[in-house]
Amino acid sequence: MKQLTYLKNVVTLELDLQKCNGCKMCITVCPHEVFGFSEKKAFIKNKDQCMECGACEKNCPEGAISVRSGVGCVAGIINGIMRGSEPSCDCSGTKSDCC
Amino acid sequence: MKPGFINGTITTPNGEVPSVSTKWSRQDVWSTIKVRWSFGRNNYQVRPGLYATGSPYSTSKVYVTANFKLSFDHLRRALDGMNAWILVLDTKGVNVWCAAGKGTFGTRELVYRIRAHKLDKIIDHQAVIVPQLGATGISAHEVKTQTGFKVIYGPVRAAEIKTFADSGYKATPEMRNVKFPLRERIKLIPVELTYGKYYLLLVPAVFFILAGLNSHGYSIDAAWSNGGRAVINLMAAYVAGCVLTPAFLPWIPFKRFSLKGLTVGWLIAILFLFLNLLGSSIFEKISWFLIVGAISAFLAMNFTGSSTFTSLSGVRKEMKLSLPLQIIAAAIGLIGWFITRFI
Repeated sequence: MKQLTYLKNVVTLELDLQKCNGCKMCITVCPHEVFGFSEKKAFIKNKDQCMECGACEKNCPEGAISVRSGVGCVAGIINGIMRGSEPSCDCSGTKSDCC
Repeated sequence: MKPGFINGTITTPNGEVPSVSTKWSRQDVWSTIKVRWSFGRNNYQVRPGLYATGSPYSTSKVYVTANFKLSFDHLRRALDGMNAWILVLDTKGVNVWCAAGKGTFGTRELVYRIRAHKLDKIIDHQAVIVPQLGATGISAHEVKTQTGFKVIYGPVRAAEIKTFADSGYKATPEMRNVKFPLRERIKLIPVELTYGKYYLLLVPAVFFILAGLNSHGYSIDAAWSNGGRAVINLMAAYVAGCVLTPAFLPWIPFKRFSLKGLTVGWLIAILFLFLNLLGSSIFEKISWFLIVGAISAFLAMNFTGSSTFTSLSGVRKEMKLSLPLQIIAAAIGLIGWFITRFI
């Protein structure tokens, strides 16, 4: 099946090549094959495929990756607006509905 | 009471560990169906802690999961025929990916569980296998620093664990990739359908009552005919946004989910126009186009939360324009429909 894609040129993902040590963790954890690998370093191959889950940033031991991660979810964003907080689907610890 | 999936205990250097069946009972299957339809979804949990399947030794692998019972059930079924440990994190009954996004399936909880269940006494290889989608909440290098345990990321789908194990605990690019095929989108539709909850009864009831109003006072006949039509139109809009758009997602034009929903909603409205279901006057017809379009677009946009490829930045951008338009269209449509009662 063809990869589904969402809006283009909005993703906040960035990779600092200076810091990359070539451990490939970002490639391991990315669910959408956003990263490629060449000359002993990772590079961003498919930026528009990124869903900003934040797994790569969290698992980069060198802190070379930054992304504004969060739930890409309308209900979560509306929740956030209503409470003046960050978007949250409110899954855990409350009785309200989950993603 | 002891849950049905527990079928014995295994003795370890750190005491007794419950062992679990790798088969689903009829009860498990029935509960799964109910949860897919949202019944009891917010309280479908297993007790966090360490479990065993088969007859694991100190060299057996440890698989980590969430305490949402559906996640746990898929894991134990995938471990059929293997000797393994299952470490269940406390995610308050939420699945791995959502809980990881929220942080409850996270470094802190994993570190706590590794220590609390004295994994270093039970196994001698110092590694845990975490589902790849848990990586959003877990930082492998931090777990290593804090506990000495290595985090190995497994496949996205539990069903591929056996292949993963056979290939030397390495996930292939294919196993790491999240796709969103028709089968998986269909599974999500029941939960989407229950999104409206009691509004699904309340809103039609309100329309029924309002539909009877006219310039002569109140007419039961009008309530039935106009109200019935209103309910059919509303339900069609709901189905367009919650069922048809998710099911046909890749084949509907546009990137924005709201535009996809609008497309499907209006196709149905056009169909209803020809079937003479949309209303008697041109005002009523236009009003229904606005209402059906707004509802379908909003619900389709809401499916971004269930989809596996939409980003926060993208959804924000989409909502900025679409949400106000949906509200305005629905408001104008409702006012228009109400006024036509008196023309």
